[in-house]
Amino acid sequence: MKTDSLFRPLENQTPLVAFEFEGQKLEAPDGANLAAALLASGIRAFRYTPVSGAPRAAFCMMGACFDCLVDIEGVHRQACMCRVSADLVVNQIKPEPDDE
Amino acid sequence: MQSDYAVIGGGVVGLAVAWGLLKKGRRVTVLDGDDGSFRASRGNFGLVWVQSKGLNEPRYARWNQMSATAWPEFAAELKHSTGFDVALEQTGGYDLHFNDDELQARVAQYERLKAQLDGDYPFEVLDHAALKREEPSIGPSVTGAILHHQDGHVNPLKLLKALADDVRRLGGHMMVGKKVIDVEKSDVFRVTCSDGAEVQSEKVIMCAGLGAVQLGPKMGFLAPIRPQRGQVLVTEKLPKMINRPSLIARQVDDGGVQIGVSNEEVGFDDNVTVDGISSIAATAIKVHPALARVQLVRTWGALRVMSKDGMPIYHQSKTMPGAYLVTCHSGVTLAAAHARYIPAWLDGDDQAPNLEVFSEDRFAVSAA
Repeated sequence: MKTDSLFRPLENQTPLVAFEFEGQKLEAPDGANLAAALLASGIRAFRYTPVSGAPRAAFCMMGACFDCLVDIEGVHRQACMCRVSADLVVNQIKPEPDDE
Repeated sequence: MQSDYAVIGGGVVGLAVAWGLLKKGRRVTVLDGDDGSFRASRGNFGLVWVQSKGLNEPRYARWNQMSATAWPEFAAELKHSTGFDVALEQTGGYDLHFNDDELQARVAQYERLKAQLDGDYPFEVLDHAALKREEPSIGPSVTGAILHHQDGHVNPLKLLKALADDVRRLGGHMMVGKKVIDVEKSDVFRVTCSDGAEVQSEKVIMCAGLGAVQLGPKMGFLAPIRPQRGQVLVTEKLPKMINRPSLIARQVDDGGVQIGVSNEEVGFDDNVTVDGISSIAATAIKVHPALARVQLVRTWGALRVMSKDGMPIYHQSKTMPGAYLVTCHSGVTLAAAHARYIPAWLDGDDQAPNLEVFSEDRFAVSAA
């Protein structure tokens, strides 16, 4: 875990697995809440909004606000409603400059 | 405190009328319901829509056109005085078709209406290729569309907010969380609420949507209206993908795609259903296949206020003169007309529009 996050994992967790966010290798307990794992890893921007381009991350952590959307296999998913699994590939959602 | 007008109902219909009356210098009290009320103004689709309305009654089509024409100045005035941009866009809208015969049948109806409106009904028919040029996200099963140039859309929640703010700013007396249980007339009107509050006024306007079903008969109205449920979906915010609205989907000003909308006769039930949501979503995906990979953020149901013929009702009570019923399904489309023209009718001005065609007398004839 990185040290620049205010979030600390609980002790005695299940074994760590490796996953990927935006090409970066991260680790989290198998089955952990993906939004929590990203925050604990110091990720600040889960996505950039298509409206203003501003960065967004998890807010409500309970499936209501849709601010924690990430790209998993081409589908926008709420990170707070997903679990970490080994070799999960997660990407930021970024508005494409050419995509008018 | 006595008002010139008590407006029962603080949705877009009541507020638009109150706003127009306040602009004329009238003293107005608005009685708004609570979150247990069926509030169409908080659940609607947000279209400012001309096409397909009044196919059998050109005067109704004309009334919608008058409102659509009045909308830009109305929106600009609201923005100027409240700072709320209601995000009005009037660059046309589509009636989408999956079948050429249906499209041609609809075109024939529009041609007939156009002739009755002296040619003032600007629409064009787009085949699939022409539509695809306008809307690159359109799917292969859409065979064509009617593009009507007088159509558009707004953000209906910002409209409601702007009107509520401006009515207060103009000195309107807003009473919220009020359930009106009785209206009596002696020398003045007395409007009584369930919590004991009472408002006195020279005139009373019933704009309570479906609330008129219960209260209307006490005031001498037939109020022959019924609820019709529409279920609506909205997606996550997306890059611009839809240029013009249709009855099936529109992209709102802050990026979400709003998807509609069912027409269900289920009484006073504004719940969503799995069948309803999934069939609406399936149709929207036929129209815009890219929506298949998009997240839905919210779903909701709301109840339309439908008269037997779908047209508005503007009617002065015969047994309680000075009491008026103002109700309609298209409160957003008609907001500008309600703000600009209904106050003159209520005041009995010479320049008031002739609204006879919208009186309740049309129902009395058909019932006999």
